[in-house]
Amino acid sequence: MLINRRNVLTGSAAVAALPLLRIMPAAAGTPGDVLIVALGDFPNSLDIHRKGSNRPSYMTSMMLYDRLVGFGVKTNADGSATYDASVITPELAESWEIAADGKSITFHIRKDATFAGGRSVTAQDVKWSFDRAVGVGGFPPAQMRAGLMAGPDQFVVVDDHTFRVDFPKPSKLSLPDIAVPIPFVLDSELVKKNATTEDPWGREFVYKNHAGGGAYLVESYEPGQQITLTRNENWKSGPKPPLKRVVLRQVPSSATRRALIERGDVDINFNVPAKDAKEMAAAGGNVVIAGGPIANSIHGVALNYKYKPLDNLLVRQAISHVIPYEQIFEAAAYGRGTKLYGATWADGKSPSIAWPQAFPYSTDVDKARALMKEAGIDGFETEIGFNLSLAHWMEPTALLIQEGLAKIGIKASINKVPGANWRTLALIEKKVPINLTNFGGWLNYGEYYAFFQYRAESMFNSSSYRNEEVERLIVETLHMPVDDPQHDPNVRRLIDIVAADVPMIPLYQPYLDVAMQPGVKGYVSQYHRQLDARPIAKG
Amino acid sequence: MTSFGRHFRYVMSENPVTAVALGMVGLLTFAAVFGTVLAPYDPIATDTARALQPPSGSHWFGTDNLGRDVFSRVLAATRLDLGIAVAAVALSLVIGSVLGVLSGSFGGWLDRIVGRIMDTIMAFPLFVLAMGIVAALGNTIENVVYATALINLPFYTRVARAEAAVRRNAGYVEAARLAGNSEARLVAVHIFPMILPPLMVQISLNLGWAILNAAGLSFIGLGVRPPSPEWGIMVAEGASFIISGQWWLALMPGAVLMFAVLAFNLLGDGMRDLVDPRQRT
Amino acid sequence: MAVRTRTGLVLARMLQALPTIAGVIVVTFVMTRMLPGDPAVYFAGPMATPESIAEIRHQLGLDRSLFEQFWVYLGDLARGDLGMSLVAGGPVTEEIMRRLPASMELTMFGLAFALGVALPLGVLAATRPNSWVDHLCRLIVTLGVSLPTFFTGLLLIYVFYYLAGIAPAPVGRLDFITPPPPHLTGFYTFDALIAGQFATFWGALTQLVLPAVSLGVFALAPIARMTRGAMLQVLSSDFIRAARAAGLKPRTVLVTYAFRNALLPVLTTVGIVFSFMLGANVLVEKVFAWPGLGSFALEALVASDYASIQGFVLTMTMMFVVLNLIIDILYTLVDRRLEVSG
Repeated sequence: MLINRRNVLTGSAAVAALPLLRIMPAAAGTPGDVLIVALGDFPNSLDIHRKGSNRPSYMTSMMLYDRLVGFGVKTNADGSATYDASVITPELAESWEIAADGKSITFHIRKDATFAGGRSVTAQDVKWSFDRAVGVGGFPPAQMRAGLMAGPDQFVVVDDHTFRVDFPKPSKLSLPDIAVPIPFVLDSELVKKNATTEDPWGREFVYKNHAGGGAYLVESYEPGQQITLTRNENWKSGPKPPLKRVVLRQVPSSATRRALIERGDVDINFNVPAKDAKEMAAAGGNVVIAGGPIANSIHGVALNYKYKPLDNLLVRQAISHVIPYEQIFEAAAYGRGTKLYGATWADGKSPSIAWPQAFPYSTDVDKARALMKEAGIDGFETEIGFNLSLAHWMEPTALLIQEGLAKIGIKASINKVPGANWRTLALIEKKVPINLTNFGGWLNYGEYYAFFQYRAESMFNSSSYRNEEVERLIVETLHMPVDDPQHDPNVRRLIDIVAADVPMIPLYQPYLDVAMQPGVKGYVSQYHRQLDARPIAKG
Repeated sequence: MTSFGRHFRYVMSENPVTAVALGMVGLLTFAAVFGTVLAPYDPIATDTARALQPPSGSHWFGTDNLGRDVFSRVLAATRLDLGIAVAAVALSLVIGSVLGVLSGSFGGWLDRIVGRIMDTIMAFPLFVLAMGIVAALGNTIENVVYATALINLPFYTRVARAEAAVRRNAGYVEAARLAGNSEARLVAVHIFPMILPPLMVQISLNLGWAILNAAGLSFIGLGVRPPSPEWGIMVAEGASFIISGQWWLALMPGAVLMFAVLAFNLLGDGMRDLVDPRQRT
Repeated sequence: MAVRTRTGLVLARMLQALPTIAGVIVVTFVMTRMLPGDPAVYFAGPMATPESIAEIRHQLGLDRSLFEQFWVYLGDLARGDLGMSLVAGGPVTEEIMRRLPASMELTMFGLAFALGVALPLGVLAATRPNSWVDHLCRLIVTLGVSLPTFFTGLLLIYVFYYLAGIAPAPVGRLDFITPPPPHLTGFYTFDALIAGQFATFWGALTQLVLPAVSLGVFALAPIARMTRGAMLQVLSSDFIRAARAAGLKPRTVLVTYAFRNALLPVLTTVGIVFSFMLGANVLVEKVFAWPGLGSFALEALVASDYASIQGFVLTMTMMFVVLNLIIDILYTLVDRRLEVSG
């Protein structure tokens, strides 16, 4: 394919092609054996415990390292595959037992698992890795805490292949929290050899070197450009990956990525903008779009109580009826999403604990006007702020909302906030009156989402919302097992309250779209929004 | 007819391209002044049902992804873009020439300080400096103007300084000095007006460059805010639609942008012929 | 009569550059500190609490006064430490050295393209002033300078890659399969040639074509315009008239005498053009996925990565200063008038 194009360039190249063939590297592998992936956001570190590691780094971490357990896969009605949050599958741990009082889990590590260097994986390695996850600063300990894992004294080596985690109380979030990318297992001996007194966790070493025993090994690593992975032939923790090599390449421009996939120069174009996904899906042909809703994730509009009169319930309700939902769904999501509006709730109560679910808001300008009149407010001036790095959906949404608000006399200016400033302005200082939100949690429970979006002291609560009953419900329900008779009523009550209070107006649940060549099979949509190439095959 | 008028007619007839350029600039100015009145649709009104329609009888330049009429937006953008360019260039012209003349005429420590400042500014890659200034000061049109003006400042300062230094000891200036004129008066009356013609030549390049600078800033997200129509931002947004075949979103504002920059560049060339006949052979 | 040796001139020029560099360091520091965003927040990661953010801010030394931070920065600079890059996850110096050859190779080729097209055009236009050839040349180069660089790049990709399929995929310096040549200078074309890897050389060269053209198209106009202007001036000067009168062949007059003297202002223009290119790198590298300093700066800007932006600007400035020095030296070599009066 590539050679043919070069031939076209000059006639003489046709003659020159023969020696070129001989010079081509033999290890290139047949095209059928290699997966070529184009990415806009590229991993910046091989060590997700390192400060400043970005989200795409989770992708390589999943493929290079093992965790004790993983999530299962479920097949949807349309044939697509998604991770199954309710099924925990063995990975490095071949079995486990939960204690009768629910306050500890004992894992049995498979005896044939080895690290890349050949060393056997032991419980000491696992403990050291878990200690590392709670010991480094930043995000990893925060995520571990969600599963009630906070300190090294909770991690116990029972024997060389038995590892136990103790919890202060039973929680349904603990086991899933062990399946997420954060508690990955490193070769502790190798890392300790390369650690220093200033850097006891060996972060300088791990961020550039592979110290694990996952499904793939690092063949070459050009930071910021390309990572080439080779299959680990000694991997025992799961079914052998069909593809021998995976090439991950950064291509910043989405227009270029699109051209690449349409011309067949790459196998996967990951995280395609909604507009491209819609068009490529409609065009059919040589590109397949696999898209699915991102778990626990909402694109929405938050109304900040700090800015009067947004603290007036009638005003918020009015706004919820003047937003042009359908137009936004078309212009921002291009139809690639699940609508979260226009539901009819019998006697105003949510029908289930499903999260996200459609709220009973709809576009009804007359109703909005009546509400404003009831509130006794003619109109006012305010500001819509959004995160510039997410402009592809936030900009058209903001513009349409601005138009809608104008219909009830609300004059809104638009503030395009650079990505670097967004977190500080909107989340920490909470200084954006009407802001667009995109939070999504890793553990797929409504109460988990509520913990981050609706709790008063949570950073992601950009509405400065506070409701005492919501606070209480969240604390009660977060770690409560799903089969507790109180669980479902609590969650439904939570949903009812936030739907009635309107601190945040859900717009739609976004899709994560992936464009692939037709022969690419086995893609599973994951909660961490990154590509897991382990199950992928080329037909 | 005045000698200037005769000269003007002569240059125009000798340089049809310059005449055309003058016409182009005139057209642009007209669009800038009357554009918002003449636009067939509201440049900001969205209509998602009519999104992404190719050019047709009802929409000369087609519609964009939010259903807005591209032609109306391009017309409305003319005022903004021309405004940014003229403001930026005027600012740096005035400040630069004053600084340059002063340092060229008086020399000494003023000359050295101004020179150092200009050197420092010129040491930065121009666009990078613009990026930094707008990013640091904030995403507003005023800051785009200030950033563009600052970047062009050394250019005008240097030319002005060179010309002033040359003329400082010219014969007629000496004569005026001997006649008892103060240095200040010499600068204002005898030196300053004479440096203007060579400066005019730079203006054309800079006017076009100012527009492109704003376009570049928009491409990386620093610049005009939505939903204000601006050529650069329209090209930047339209660029991602080229690959799916909707060429008009980027090509139309891009063509008008090119038209404008071309006009200024050609006009500048013509102006050089006008003010410095020596250049014409 | 004072003797001003060439070496003396060069040394004087170098000394003159020092205050400029000082000014650049100060301005860069102030500017990057004014950038929006809080690196402490970025570092602390998602789900960070206000306490952990404050702790990270203390670790990064961002809670000290600006003056203190500046002194620390100067000290680091003296040791060649440009700080840690947020976006690269490693030392800034390392990242810059890794990416520098990529940008330099691109800029060199862009410049070569621009010179290769604009110089002949300028000379051609100067020899037939005000003819249709002159106007055509003027139109061509002016068209080039009227398009935004990123637009040119996207258009070229669309036409030559997407529609015609002649150009290789715009995925950076090499395609997915070809590994880079053994590292010598970091210039893939040069290194591949030295190592005898002709396939790699060809691959790197073809990847360079579109981005270099995008970069160079914009530079056509100033170079051609200046060449034309300078040539016109020189061609109408007395000594050329004398040369013609003496019966020298037109080609000799043109190339040996006229062009040589027109080179001086053209050189200065090249300097300015180079400055433009260093900045336009940012746009071209984004469109073509070129792993150079421009794309690095863009990522750094988005993340308010002070250290990276400072390092980037300082590197660019040093390169520019060095380039100007080289131009000054060339100036003294080419300008015979200096020789005569010295």
